[in-house]
Amino acid sequence: MLKRFWPWFWFIIGATYFLVPLYATFDFSLRARRGELSFAAYANVLNDIKFVESFWFSFQTALATIVISALVIVPTAYWVQLRMPRLRPVIEFFTLLPFVVPAVVLVFSLARTYNRTPLTDSREGLWVLLVGSYVILSFPYMYRAVDTGLRAINIHDLTEAAQSLGAGWFTILARVIFPNVYTALLSGAFITFAIVMGEFTIAALLAQPAFGPYMNRLASSKVYEPSALAIISFALTWAAIAAMQWIGRGAQARIAGPR
Amino acid sequence: MAPLTQTNTRQSVVERRIFSWTWLGVAPFFLFVAAFLIWPTLSIIAQSFLDQERRLTLRNILELGHPFIVSSYVYSLQLSAVTAIGGGILGGLLAYAITIGGLPRPLRDAVLSFSGVASNFAGLPLAFAFIATLGQLGVVTQWLRSIGISLYPAFSLYSFWGLSIVYIYFQIPLMVLIMAPAFEGMRREWREAAESLGASSWHYWRYIGLPILLPSILGTMVLLFGNAFGAHATAFQLTGGGSQGNVVTILIGAQISSDALANPGLGNALALGMIVIMGVCIGLYTWLQRLSARWLRS
Repeated sequence: MLKRFWPWFWFIIGATYFLVPLYATFDFSLRARRGELSFAAYANVLNDIKFVESFWFSFQTALATIVISALVIVPTAYWVQLRMPRLRPVIEFFTLLPFVVPAVVLVFSLARTYNRTPLTDSREGLWVLLVGSYVILSFPYMYRAVDTGLRAINIHDLTEAAQSLGAGWFTILARVIFPNVYTALLSGAFITFAIVMGEFTIAALLAQPAFGPYMNRLASSKVYEPSALAIISFALTWAAIAAMQWIGRGAQARIAGPR
Repeated sequence: MAPLTQTNTRQSVVERRIFSWTWLGVAPFFLFVAAFLIWPTLSIIAQSFLDQERRLTLRNILELGHPFIVSSYVYSLQLSAVTAIGGGILGGLLAYAITIGGLPRPLRDAVLSFSGVASNFAGLPLAFAFIATLGQLGVVTQWLRSIGISLYPAFSLYSFWGLSIVYIYFQIPLMVLIMAPAFEGMRREWREAAESLGASSWHYWRYIGLPILLPSILGTMVLLFGNAFGAHATAFQLTGGGSQGNVVTILIGAQISSDALANPGLGNALALGMIVIMGVCIGLYTWLQRLSARWLRS
């Protein structure tokens, strides 16, 4: 019994640290009406047209990020494994660079470098910068997921088989490789989704009507609604990560970058 | 292994013949990275050595010596160090508890899944959660007051230590996620061998366990350090992000909107300082990981 004391002790400390803020936030979010517990704060948030708009904006941005990231990463990872295996460490290095260049430095560099070009002068241009930075942030997760997925199938044989049937590169990618890395791609997609939905720094500094800046604005005028948003956010992150872990059962948990 | 080498030789023949066409396959990736990451970053680095007339100068770098900026860097470095060490120790002990500590398997899985979520649960929602917990009206603050302990004004969530407590919330899970596999990579034979030679638990950890794990522990703490150093949203929400922002990331963020600043080169130098520190972190981390890979294959 004594032998197990310390492990239990540290487990309880850790669990307390993790769970108390969550419990407190939930408790707090129910107190919007004086003297009773209610879901009023949630109702206020969900009925807010700005919530719906910013959520929808970030949702679309996340989808665009995932599609572009997949279109860049899958052919690259495939080609590197098939023809240029020595290039893999180089690609890995570049996909890990977002850890060296934090989000705030990335958006600062983009804003300065493309200052007074159509990219920063128009709403559409800023959105391109937004999606571009998110795609960069998604690379570490997407590349690792897809690379592992490709390693599980024999791409050399699949490629040769497809070629011997007369398929060109486009057909091979679209009809052989993509379907085969679909699940790996999904697991990368879910974490990208979770990151984009909660991202604040880049969206705010590019003045985009995204979910993150909305949360920030709401917090300056409301007391209980932010905690309801925190719970909604946590549930959303949980759902995305659970979906990812369920799809990639046995795959290692991913590491988050700084935000 | 035989078919593999065969493919390799065939490949190199192909590679030599259509060398330039092969590179075309990775061009989209490199173009994308160049446009949205490399070119902007490099141009910022280069511009921090240029004045407004595009002449070489060290003035921007020297301006980093301004007391206001130095104190901001020191603040960020201290915050990162405290949360890397605090989160590293707590996370390391938790990782130990759920792996070789011998806790029931479902607890291990639960902690790992939770860590996967919690390490991504940062930014504004995390700040909101802690305001609801330890803010002036927070649930825990109120509860402590009801039993006669008043946190405020001695403590503030918006102070250095308040910020540290919030940061540690996302540091612990990251440490758990990276260290749990390392602990699991410790072989039972090592412990058995030590015990058969008469080693106590203390001896085992002092002479075998810790030396093997140390590079991995330190490396992960360096990663946590960088993780905290680059964090922006959480601090922005808690400190208000005003010009009094004392974290470097907030200072950099503020440079984007304020064109009225006397020297736009200063922002570039600030960013350069950040990239240098993050680069050192990743370099150290890679080196320590390589050290630990000698023993642990996880």
